[in-house]
Amino acid sequence: MPKDGGIGASSKRREDIRFLTGNGKYTDDINLRGQAYVFFLRSDIAHGTLNGVDTSAAEGMDGVVRIFTAKDFEGVGGMPCGWQVTDRHGQPMQEPPHPVLASGKVRHVGEPIAAVVAETYAQARDAAEAIVLDIDELPAVVDMKEAVKDGAPKVHDELPGNLCYDWGFVEENKEAVDQAFKDAAHVTTLELVNNRLVANPMEPRVAVGDYDKSGDESTLYTTSQNPHVIRLLMGAFVLGIPEHKLRVVAPDVGGGFGTKIFHYQEEAFCTFAARALRRPVKWTSTRSEAFMSDAHGRDHVTKIELALDGDNNFTAIRTDTYANMGAYLSTFAPSVPTWLHGTLMAGNYKTPLIYVNVKAVFTNTVPVDAYRGAGRPEATYQLERLVDKAAHELGVDPVALRRQNFITEFPYATPVAVEYDTGDYVATMDKLEEMADRAGFEARRKDSEARGKLRGYGVNCYIEACGIAPSNLVGQLGARAGLYESATVRVNATGGLVVMTGSHSHGQGHETSFAQVVAEMIGIDENMVEIVHGDTAKTPMGMGTYGSRSIAVGGSAMVRATEKIINKAKKIAAHLMEASEGDIELKDGAFSVAGTDKSVAWGDVTLAAYVPHNYPLEDIEPGLEETAFYDPANFTYPSGAYACEVEVDPETGQVTIENFWAADDFGNVINPMIVTGQVHGGLAQGIGQALMENCAYDSEGQLLSASYMDYAMPRASDLPMYAVDHSCQTPCTHNPLGVKGCGEAGAIGSPPSVVNAVIDALRSGGHDVAHIDMPVSPARVWAAMHGGDAAAAKVGATGANIKPQA
Amino acid sequence: MYNFDVAKPTTIADAVQALKAEEAQPLSGGQTLIPTLKARLAMPSTLVSLTGIDEMKGVCMADDGRLCIGGGTTHATVMREAEAHYPGLAELAARIGDPAVRNRGTIGGSLANNDPSACYPAAALASGATIVTDTREIAADDYFQGMFETALEEGEIVTEVKFPVPNAARYEKMIQPASRFPLVASFVARFDDGVRVAITGASNDGVFRWTEAEEALSSNFSPDALSGLSLDGSNMISDLHGSGEYRAHLCAVMTKRAVAAIA
Repeated sequence: MPKDGGIGASSKRREDIRFLTGNGKYTDDINLRGQAYVFFLRSDIAHGTLNGVDTSAAEGMDGVVRIFTAKDFEGVGGMPCGWQVTDRHGQPMQEPPHPVLASGKVRHVGEPIAAVVAETYAQARDAAEAIVLDIDELPAVVDMKEAVKDGAPKVHDELPGNLCYDWGFVEENKEAVDQAFKDAAHVTTLELVNNRLVANPMEPRVAVGDYDKSGDESTLYTTSQNPHVIRLLMGAFVLGIPEHKLRVVAPDVGGGFGTKIFHYQEEAFCTFAARALRRPVKWTSTRSEAFMSDAHGRDHVTKIELALDGDNNFTAIRTDTYANMGAYLSTFAPSVPTWLHGTLMAGNYKTPLIYVNVKAVFTNTVPVDAYRGAGRPEATYQLERLVDKAAHELGVDPVALRRQNFITEFPYATPVAVEYDTGDYVATMDKLEEMADRAGFEARRKDSEARGKLRGYGVNCYIEACGIAPSNLVGQLGARAGLYESATVRVNATGGLVVMTGSHSHGQGHETSFAQVVAEMIGIDENMVEIVHGDTAKTPMGMGTYGSRSIAVGGSAMVRATEKIINKAKKIAAHLMEASEGDIELKDGAFSVAGTDKSVAWGDVTLAAYVPHNYPLEDIEPGLEETAFYDPANFTYPSGAYACEVEVDPETGQVTIENFWAADDFGNVINPMIVTGQVHGGLAQGIGQALMENCAYDSEGQLLSASYMDYAMPRASDLPMYAVDHSCQTPCTHNPLGVKGCGEAGAIGSPPSVVNAVIDALRSGGHDVAHIDMPVSPARVWAAMHGGDAAAAKVGATGANIKPQA
Repeated sequence: MYNFDVAKPTTIADAVQALKAEEAQPLSGGQTLIPTLKARLAMPSTLVSLTGIDEMKGVCMADDGRLCIGGGTTHATVMREAEAHYPGLAELAARIGDPAVRNRGTIGGSLANNDPSACYPAAALASGATIVTDTREIAADDYFQGMFETALEEGEIVTEVKFPVPNAARYEKMIQPASRFPLVASFVARFDDGVRVAITGASNDGVFRWTEAEEALSSNFSPDALSGLSLDGSNMISDLHGSGEYRAHLCAVMTKRAVAAIA
């Protein structure tokens, strides 16, 4: 019997009422009195020496308030990077300056050079066209392997080789890993590309800077997943505004997917300009700007090898990855291909020896940073494609090979520095095979063949590290921030509660699911609990939402604060009932004395807390408001098994997804409907990456996929009806709710099974294709069928010498 | 957008007059022009809207058996009103863009723009349609002159399109996954006196007739007749979404499928 409220209930998302009726309040809905508008003049070339910016003609144009260039930012900090990676030789990564407005050089198409503030947006844009740029174009470098060669164009003049870092993990294991490959009975090798993506949240980025001279206070309204992080980075490292004079508000945010974690130049600019001009300054990104200024995702080029013994046991994994940083380091970019990727290379398997090498490379492209999954999809994709390839080479069933190598005992310490607390990979695989009706596959394949189509089945497992993260651990790994979370629970006199959480909801449904948790703990109706987030003036210092961390870390902080509330309320209840505190029980919103019929309602206790006439004032303070900060003891490790069934049209190369099954283990589930929705969204993004999405540059550094005319987003008609299950539950052992997080799983877990299924389909048609890079577009499938892997790899590849259609 | 004036004439004659202004540009459904203006890639002084001209709207059968469609007729109207007369054409209209595009975009606008990946040029060329303008009638074979190039003079308006109705016709398209324009599409029209095949989306020169296929199909209207026929991919569009070679291959696949559907 499903519950109708509290933990485990599929409560309807309360926030959807305002979203669906047009009553959401997004940053672009904020318009302040006297507001001016900024238009950023952006570089339309990928690489050049910026000799001068002549604004003289533009300055006198109608409506122009002021034009800013790099000169205005002399003495102001650059954009900070929040994570320092140490390379395999013990040296810190290269961290070139990242100016707010381009200084000396332009390094990617879309880099802001000048900012025109005017009375209207159109006037700002008109004036920007009158700015004369003196730029000497330089050769650009977009291909990472070219970038690290001698004589390659230098993105940053002081950095020969364009290398940010050369990271080895675990460096001490390198020789043992190499030896294991020498001793192997079989070695499977795979070279692949994890395609560059653009996040494309429905709401583009927006920033409104405001300045109140009376209190010398700055406010930034922004489309952020973590307003406190922006306040700290921008206040302390860019603009030098103390945090008590700076407020950052991230109101309703229409999707983030990682790209709204980072601190961007436009945010710093609007805050800076509002102070300089003593009036609000607003920027709203166009979709075109989003393509060339939002941090991109993925973009790894990898060679991965698997060593097996004579019994098909995995003995070692070795990887060699080039990770694109773009032209500058975005806020958390260095962590993605290292600690969010290397630590996941064990996957679901008991491989004893692993060595991961990552070279992070600067190129003349938009900065690359975390995107839904961040590092973990890259790890999963490599590993799960590799295991499939190994199974094919060995002539064994890919599921059997996986099962044989599964980790089955927990906790399990991987050779890549993390310890999985719980999991049951056999159970999720069993569930998947039950859902997927493998027995019926041959009949479905025959049916496809009768229609001239090829049918393929692909499976993969995944493991992810969520609930990011233990602060002391990530500090050792180079994080320049703690990754705890906070919550303040404020109980009102009449019994209603407001929870001010450091997590941020930008589509996840926290306002509903967080309320369910608190309501369950106290035994009251969910509607008595209000969730407040996204405003540094209202919430305690929090780290925001990314890495599937909100319920695991933010939820835990909320639980701890609520526990404090309950403990204090029990003291009050004990006083009111003249009983011993130890005998007080809270159930269904009432306090009772064990073994008696004495009871007081929740509301009587909360009223007493604020009207303390009959109250233990000698022991406790009036009021009922508590704050907790929760720093997790470990990551959480959601896992699962996914399967995809595709049909390939051999004449056109068109792939259609006929079925998709997902069996996930998220530990305990707060709201099954919301979890299902999160998986659906993640699958759409993962399938989008696998089949359609491709951010590509030509060899001159021009962005070829700069609009929806060329960047293919998945639509409902491209996706099947998913079958999603999360009944396999091994609760997390170290957080109070036993939750693991579910936001990224679909995006992490789905690409390999899609590609595995396509390869399986092609093989069934007699095409000996070993691999096709994502996106597995019709043109690539057709090229692979007729020209092999190499021909397919050239279709739509970054750096390929193809020009956008006129 | 840059600033511009808007004129909204109600007759063809007034529209022609309005278009004589310097840097004036006709605006029909605006499905290409409006995004172009928003990107500041065009700077007309005056936009002459053609959407208020009733004499340019509608679908009807002429006495000579040709289906006449006003230049200002939306795709959605063609989808509904051509169905009874020329189902192959109605089906093409039904699959252009999405409902918003189909309810704004017009046949005249599409033919005047002559996007190398547009759908209508294939239908007009394969049907042997006549493009009627405010000054003359132009045979489709003479009208399409390359990518975004037509026989239209400056200020000339497509007022009507007259389609001979084939015995059977079929449009098969493979969509480009992002824009959903045709990556390659083939329109096959079978008449008493022969078969016409027009290909869109593929060539650097825009829509074209595949004459070898026409000859083969005119003597044997079956997919098998196309076996062994191929087009040269070297002058075909090569971009993110496919090479010229792939497009050349798709020309044959789409044409075969169109034939198979009506053979």
